[in-house]
Amino acid sequence: MIPALGLLVGLAVGLFLHPAVPLALQPYLPIAVIAALDAVFGGVRAVLDGIFNDKVFVVSFLSNVVVAAFIVFLGDQLGVGSQLSTGVVVVLGIRIFSNVASIRRHLFRA
Amino acid sequence: MSQSDPPTSGQPGTSDRSPWQRLMLMARPRATKANAFAALLAVILGFAVATQVRQNQELGLASLRQSELVTILDNATLLSSRLDQNARDLQATRDALVSGSTGDAAALRAAQERLDALGILAGTARAHGPGIEMTIGDPGGKVTPPLLLDAVEELRDAGAEAIQVGNVRVVASSSFGPSGSGVELDGTRLTEPYSILAIGDAQTMSSAMEIPGGLSENIRQLGASISVTQRSELTVGALHALREPRYARPVSSPAPAATP
Repeated sequence: MIPALGLLVGLAVGLFLHPAVPLALQPYLPIAVIAALDAVFGGVRAVLDGIFNDKVFVVSFLSNVVVAAFIVFLGDQLGVGSQLSTGVVVVLGIRIFSNVASIRRHLFRA
Repeated sequence: MSQSDPPTSGQPGTSDRSPWQRLMLMARPRATKANAFAALLAVILGFAVATQVRQNQELGLASLRQSELVTILDNATLLSSRLDQNARDLQATRDALVSGSTGDAAALRAAQERLDALGILAGTARAHGPGIEMTIGDPGGKVTPPLLLDAVEELRDAGAEAIQVGNVRVVASSSFGPSGSGVELDGTRLTEPYSILAIGDAQTMSSAMEIPGGLSENIRQLGASISVTQRSELTVGALHALREPRYARPVSSPAPAATP
């Protein structure tokens, strides 16, 4: 409940403050957001699987974000930034879909 | 990432609680450090999502990659060259129209000049300029039509360009004829004294009137009087009513007639 409220608060703050993304962070923010979403859905699924652990969630969240940003950074350095970004988005998207499918099976038995 | 790995222990649905209850249980506020941290992460995530969405809406070309920029540049160049071509075409059209209208204006001016010249010649336009005013006093009724015709011919010979006798314009088709004891011109009876206005070189015309054996002498021999006055400016105001020719038709000639 509290994290969900936190999400809403963060959205509201972001919408009202109009923060400017630092130029150095611009390529990484969207990927980091996708990675964080993947971690969130993974966490919900773990709750439903009965194996949720706060510490594991926090660590997986942070590591997801950092690894995703690092992959994009590496891709930019290697000159394949856009391709690697696409790859990361595809992989994370597939994981989000499978997590959501699992959640759906738990909640709706379908 | 281990959270999303497939569960290794326990099967879903084998627990004593239903998934919804489990979700509710987990959503219950708990004052643990990890929960607070998760909430903090959620705040950051929400903030990041909102920021990124807004950034994406605001960013123009700056967020695009090189290949996309090249594509946009190509499109812009193509569009620009097309518009350039358009502009050139329109410019050419405009130039053509402008030069056409100046040609029209020149043609109009030339036509107007011809109209003026022909109008003076045909007697359909009033004329003014230097000339002579001649008055033939004939109380005895001695002046005959041939005499006036002689006067007109002498004037023409001396370069008169527009002639008026009485208030009748003398044109190419004009004819003098007897009218009772007097003279008529083009069907209009002329009254004594006959007044003749001629536009042309005044000096030449008055000299032509005065040459020995010329018009003045003939008139004086008849017992009539004649006076010739040179004017630097006089107006031939009588107009000749133009009649549409009934039989004569112009032969269309390609070359424009020169100004007479």
